[in-house]
Formats: sequence, C-alpha cells, structure tokens
Amino acid sequence: MVEMSRENLFNAAIAGLLLALPLGAWALGESYYISVASRVAILALAGVGLNLALGFGGMVSFGHAAFFGLGGYAAGVLSHHAFEGSAFLNWPLTIDGSDSTLTLWFAALLVSGLVAAVIGAISLRTSGVYFIMITLAFAQMIFYLAVSLPTYGGEDGLPLYLRSSLPGLDLSDDLTFFFVCYGLLLLAIFLSLRLVGSRFGAALQCARQNETRLSAIGIAPYPVKLTAFVFSAMITGLAGALFVELNGFVSPSILSWHLSGEIMIFVILGGVGRFYGPIVGAALFIVLETVIGGYTERWQLFLGVILLGVVLFARGGVIGLLAGKARHD
Amino acid sequence: MSAAFIFEQLLNSLQLGVMLFVMAAGLTLVFGVMGLINLAHGSLYMVGAFFCAWVAGETGSFWVGLGAGLVAAAAAGAMVEMLVMRRLYDRDHLDQVLATFSLILIFNEGTRWVFGAQPLYLDIPSALATSVPLPGGGGYPLYRLVIIAFGIATAAGLYLLISRTRLGMQIRAGESDREMIGALGVDINTLYTLVFAIGAMLAGLAGALVGALQSVEVGMGEPVLILAFVVIVIGGIGSIKGALIGAILVGLVDTLGRAFLHKLFALALPPAEANGYGAALASMAIYLLMATVLAWRPKGLFPVNG
Amino acid sequence: MTEPLLVLDGLQKSFGALRATDDVSLSVDAGSIHALIGPNGAGKSTLIGQIAGALRPDAGKIAFMARDVTGLSVPQRAQLGLGRTFQVSSLAMEFSALRNVMLAVQARKRSTFRFWRPVRGDRDLTDPAMLQLERVGLAERAQLPVTALSHGERRQLELAVALALEPKVLLLDEPMAGLGGEDSQRMTEVLGNLRQEAAMLLVEHDMDAVFTLADEISVLVYGRIIASGSVADIRASQEVRDAYLGE
Repeated sequence: MVEMSRENLFNAAIAGLLLALPLGAWALGESYYISVASRVAILALAGVGLNLALGFGGMVSFGHAAFFGLGGYAAGVLSHHAFEGSAFLNWPLTIDGSDSTLTLWFAALLVSGLVAAVIGAISLRTSGVYFIMITLAFAQMIFYLAVSLPTYGGEDGLPLYLRSSLPGLDLSDDLTFFFVCYGLLLLAIFLSLRLVGSRFGAALQCARQNETRLSAIGIAPYPVKLTAFVFSAMITGLAGALFVELNGFVSPSILSWHLSGEIMIFVILGGVGRFYGPIVGAALFIVLETVIGGYTERWQLFLGVILLGVVLFARGGVIGLLAGKARHD
Repeated sequence: MSAAFIFEQLLNSLQLGVMLFVMAAGLTLVFGVMGLINLAHGSLYMVGAFFCAWVAGETGSFWVGLGAGLVAAAAAGAMVEMLVMRRLYDRDHLDQVLATFSLILIFNEGTRWVFGAQPLYLDIPSALATSVPLPGGGGYPLYRLVIIAFGIATAAGLYLLISRTRLGMQIRAGESDREMIGALGVDINTLYTLVFAIGAMLAGLAGALVGALQSVEVGMGEPVLILAFVVIVIGGIGSIKGALIGAILVGLVDTLGRAFLHKLFALALPPAEANGYGAALASMAIYLLMATVLAWRPKGLFPVNG
Repeated sequence: MTEPLLVLDGLQKSFGALRATDDVSLSVDAGSIHALIGPNGAGKSTLIGQIAGALRPDAGKIAFMARDVTGLSVPQRAQLGLGRTFQVSSLAMEFSALRNVMLAVQARKRSTFRFWRPVRGDRDLTDPAMLQLERVGLAERAQLPVTALSHGERRQLELAVALALEPKVLLLDEPMAGLGGEDSQRMTEVLGNLRQEAAMLLVEHDMDAVFTLADEISVLVYGRIIASGSVADIRASQEVRDAYLGE
C-alpha cells in the first residue's frame, strides 16, 4: 500500500506540473509554452487512449495514428466546410460543415469509433505479431487514402481558418484552450480508471493475462477486446480533433506510422498500464524534442538511443523507476 | 489499351513482386527462426542503397557499389543483431517493436549525419540502360528485367540454401524447435547472427537495386517495410513460400490497381472523378487484399505451425 | 431414470496419423462422478479439450443437458454450465485469488458489459467468491496474487473458479497432479462433497482418489475406451490390469 500512495502522490505531482507550466508561462507572458503544454496534454490524451488497448487489454496496436488522424480529419473537414459554407454530404442525407466544437468532437469520436470497429473486427481475429502488423497496415491504408484524395488537400493537407466555438469559452485564447485539453485529459484518465476497475475492466485485464482462462469461465474474449479497442480509438480520435484545432491545420502527417510509434512511446516511456503514464511519456518526449532539439537537429538520434535504453534496461517506464512496481490486485 | 501496355504492366507487377519478396524473405526468415519482429529491416534496405550509391559514385562502377551495399547491409545487420537483437529474443513483441522502432530513428538520423540530408542518385549501369522490345510493340527497360532476374535468382538461391545445405537444415530446425538446434551441436548465437545478416543482406540487395530506379534518401525503406509486412501477413508469417506468393500477389494488385482502376471507374464516371476515386482505391487495394485474406484465413495463406 | 447430463457419442479426433480419440462414447449421470483413467498419452486431455470446446472433434456428437453442443465455442459451453479445471493451472496470474473467482462470478451473472461500478468491494461479487474460496480452503489467502500461491493452492483456486460458475458438470483434468498427500486428501474430500451439486468427469492418475470418488470408471488406452464399469468391475478386470494398472 506504501507503493500505491507513492504512485498516487507521483500522479498528483505530474498532473499538477502540467497545470503549473502554462500558468507560469501565462504569468510570464510566454504564450509559446502554453501551446507546448497544450500539445503535451493532447498527445498524452492520445496515449491514454492507446493505453486502454495496449496497457490494460494487451492489444499492441501499431496503428493508433489512424484514429488520431481520423479524429483530426473528421473535425478538420467539417470545419473546412463550415468555412466554405458548403455541405460535407448531400446524399443520402445532408451533413453540413460545422464550427461548433461539440459537433466536431462528436464527429471525431464517431468516425474514429466506427473505423476502429471495422479495423478491430478484422485485426482481432488474429493476435501477437499479426495484430501488430495488421493494425500498422490498416493505418497505412488510411494514410494513403488521405494522401490520394485531392478534395481535402491530398498530400499537402488543409489549412483551417475557423476556430470552433464552445458555448461560454473562447478557444482562440491559448490558456482557455489548454484548460479544455487538460480537462479532457483528466476526464479521459478518470473514465479509464472507472472502466478498468469495472466488471468489464476485470474481463479485459484477464484477456491480456490469460485468454484461455477467460473463455473457460464463459466470457468470450473477442467482444470484450473489440469494445475496448473502440473506446481506445475514440479517445485517441478526440485527441486528434484537439490537435487539429491547436495547429489550425490538418494533413496526412497526423496519420503517419511514425506517429503511431510515438503514441506508443508515450505509453511505454511513462509505463505501460499506468493511468498517468502517458502524461509523463508525452511530456518527456516533448521535453527531449525541445531540449535536445535546441542543441542539435539530430535530436531523433538521441531520442532513439534513450528509447532503446529504456526498452532494454528500464522496463517499467519512468513511473516504474520512480514509484516502484505496478500494483496488482 | 494495347496488349503491349498490359504486358508491360504485368512485368512491372513482377518486378515489384520480386523485390518485395527479397525484402519480405529476410523479415519472415528472422521471424521464423528467432521469433523477432524487426521494424528496422527497412533501415537495412536504406543502408544497402546508400552504400551502393556512395561507392558506385566513388568508383564509377554500379557493380562494385552493389557489392559494397550488400556487405554494408550484412555488416550492419550482424552488428545490430549482436548489440541489440540478442537481448530481445526472450522479450515480448511490444519490446521488440519499440527497440527496433528506436533503431529506425537512430539509422535515419545516423544516415543523415553521414551522407547529408540531400538524396543521392544512383545511375543504372550503362550496359543496362537500354530497353528490349516487347512482343506486341513498345520496349521494356532492360534494367527492370535484370531486377526480375535477381529476384528469381534470390528465390532459387534461398530455396537451395534452406533445402540443401547444412545451414538450411539448422534454420529449419530452429523454426520448429530451438532446443533441437542446441542438440545439433550448433552455436545458436552464431546461427542467429548469420541468419540475421542474411536477412539484412537481402534487404540491402533490394535497396540497392531499387535505389537505381528512384532517389536514394533517408526513410526510403519505410514504405517498403510496410508493404513487406502486408506481404508476410498475407503469406503467413515465417513462411518463405508464403512470402513469395504474397509478394507476387501484392505486386500484381498494386501495379494493376494503379494502372487500370481509374480506367475502370472512367466507364461510369467523369474523368476527373474517375481519376480521384481510382487513385484512392488503388492506394487501398493491397490492404483490402490483406483484409480479405485475413477474413478468410487469419494466419495467412501458408500458416506456419498449424 | 433421467437422461445423463453429458453424453459423448462416437467422438473421433486425429492429429495426422495419430488417432488421439477413437470412437469414444461415454456418459456422466447427474449426481455422479465418472472417472477417466489411462496411461500417459492415452488422449485424456484431448478428450477433455473436445468436451470443453477447445478442440473440434472430427466426428461424433457431444450432448450436454440433452442439447447438442458439438458446434458451440468454449465460452458458450461454459455459460451453459460446463465448468473445467486445467491440467496445468491456468489463471489470471496478476489478479488476486479473490479476483480470479470474482471474475467467474460476474461471468455466471452475465454482467461483463458493465463499465462503471468498481468491482472492488462489490458485495455481489465478493460474497459469492469468498464462499467458494472458503469451500476449497483458500479464504485466508484470498488477497494474495496468484503468483504468491503455492502449486497446491493454485489447484484449489482453479476449483474455486470453476465452482463459482455453478456448473452442472465439471471437467477435472488431473486435479490432484503435483499435490502432496495432505493436499490431495483434502481435494478428494472437497470433490466428494460436491457430487450432488455438480456431476464430474474426473481425469486422474491418483488411483486412491479415483477409487474413493468414482461411481463409474472408464479406461482410455490409445484413444479407445477399453473398459467401463463400476469401481469393483474395473478393479476386477484382467484386461485393465494388463493394459494399465500393471499388476
């Protein structure tokens, strides 16, 4: 129980730090760091999504950029149509563009969830290394689809001129936008906690540990894993929508397989199956990018070396190093 | 649409197919023997291409360059195996994915460091920079035919290596039973390094040969790597025969999809839209092929170990 | 006479040239224990696998509670009330003993797709789970992770998990394997007391346990049932002695 409280303390510290950074930056008038903090929060949110599938369900998805990107495109495309005053779809039903934040988020959740249901339904028929390669391949398919469709900018992507609007809040204010991202991040962590602690979560974790056992007591692993995969994708998809809003730009790069790898890195750096791990992972990633990137263009070389070191020698991730072994009950 | 055009597209399919096979064979061999998923296989492809282009540029001989590319890729592979992979055989696939993903970052930046950020260009050897007439009119670049020949030779060579040699016997033993290799009195470490180096050399071969058709640049191995994944997923991971069939299938579907799908759409749609949809569908075609195969056979066409 | 709970009819299963299950027919009556004995490699685990649904027979039929279940999956059969334990313990290793049993309780209640309420402290799950742990004598070890349990305790836990499903028939694949004298005596006792609750198909090498528990014994050799009968019949059978008991 000592370890438990130590991890909780650590978690509170992480959440507090992420909140303190932009507040400090705001006080000092350094608005750049506010957007850096927003980026951390958004990428961490994507990691929280993946963690649900990977950390708790044992599904090593190497294609989560697909859901991040789809969420981003869903929001970006609707926003683009709202700016143009055109409809996304006229037949069989009319779907107009929208600049309502809630509508954009809903679209991101819906699209990433639906596609995850299809990709998951096929991929979860397999396991192990097949699953890794297939999720990667499907993500690549969506990447190429985005590249080859000229309607939304193809390879070059699409600038978005419209900030979406949330009733009562001004999202074009950097700090407000950060609070929204941060709030969604904490909400997603809270929802993950509830989900993992629930009956469904118990079955999901058993699926990771021992599928034969799960089947033998009469719970089919497939629907459990598929459901978790869809939830996982939706969270990551929402992060994509926020990312697009942050950048005011949507392009196939948010679908690239490097991003899938990076989202995985956030989860691993922080510690697989740790609820707050993705924040640490994403923060560390951004810090490395910023700090090493400040000295040398070759920061990815050092990132690679550090990551390799973590994988080979520090398997519990950072929280594992600092807060002890994961607690299981 | 002339018969010559169709024939040309078939040859293109075959050329893509055999190169994918050379790439996928290494991946599937390493997985079959060591149980390792290696994302950095694309980096070895890149290493082969860069060294080939560099040495060919210095010496003026493509063939010397090709030899250098093969040696460099095999050496890089052996080094990576001894320094990193060896520690990963007992780990789960997640660790393997991350470690080899880190290697990609290291290889990409390292290559940029050594060779600079500009792409290199590798010229086709002048003796091969010609085309041969195709039956039905038109010509086909001789160099591409040579690539096809290299691919077929590799397939035949691998077949002989695995079915006829002592090393092949050890590889087959390793696929079915790791303990048995020990019982055969083989040093497992040496065998694994050797297998990995062979796989790396094949990747380097593909990289060097294809490098002459496009620019040699950082990251060039990654799209090919993912295609090779699709190939071995379709063929059955660990199966060389599956890799061959899968590679040919993917080569056909991808090339023919790009060549003909938009024409098919043009029968029903205005040209601009037909081109758009045709290109979109063509880019998805091999993944749809993969999904179809998996829906039918979740372990690929030639599943290994049942 | 009521219909037997479990009926195997002409089951066949081959792996290549090996006939692992060769025309096996047997039945398990309500309230009884049917023991399946035979030398190693006789195909006992293959047979259990087919009954549980993990392996598909090449031919033959399996009826459970008068219903043909041959085409059903493992989870479907488990939900109908066909519980099993594994020869080599198969548990959720990171969970505590209690949570392993709680998961089975939630499975029986068909309440897996509930996403909100925490299982921790959920009396609907913990109470029935503790009850089963008490029955197998593990109540004091309930909070320990499976990794901290001894081999014998894991066997007991396997049984508790299976019991939490409130099965009509239990398939027990060598529940005594690797247990010491005291543990296996205790296991024999526990199983004997369960007879009225769940009929059992008991695969076991421990002849003391088999002769104590079984109402009926079938002897499996090279995938075939060579003899079937009461304890007295089997003890008396020369054929069985030659083939298996080695006396």
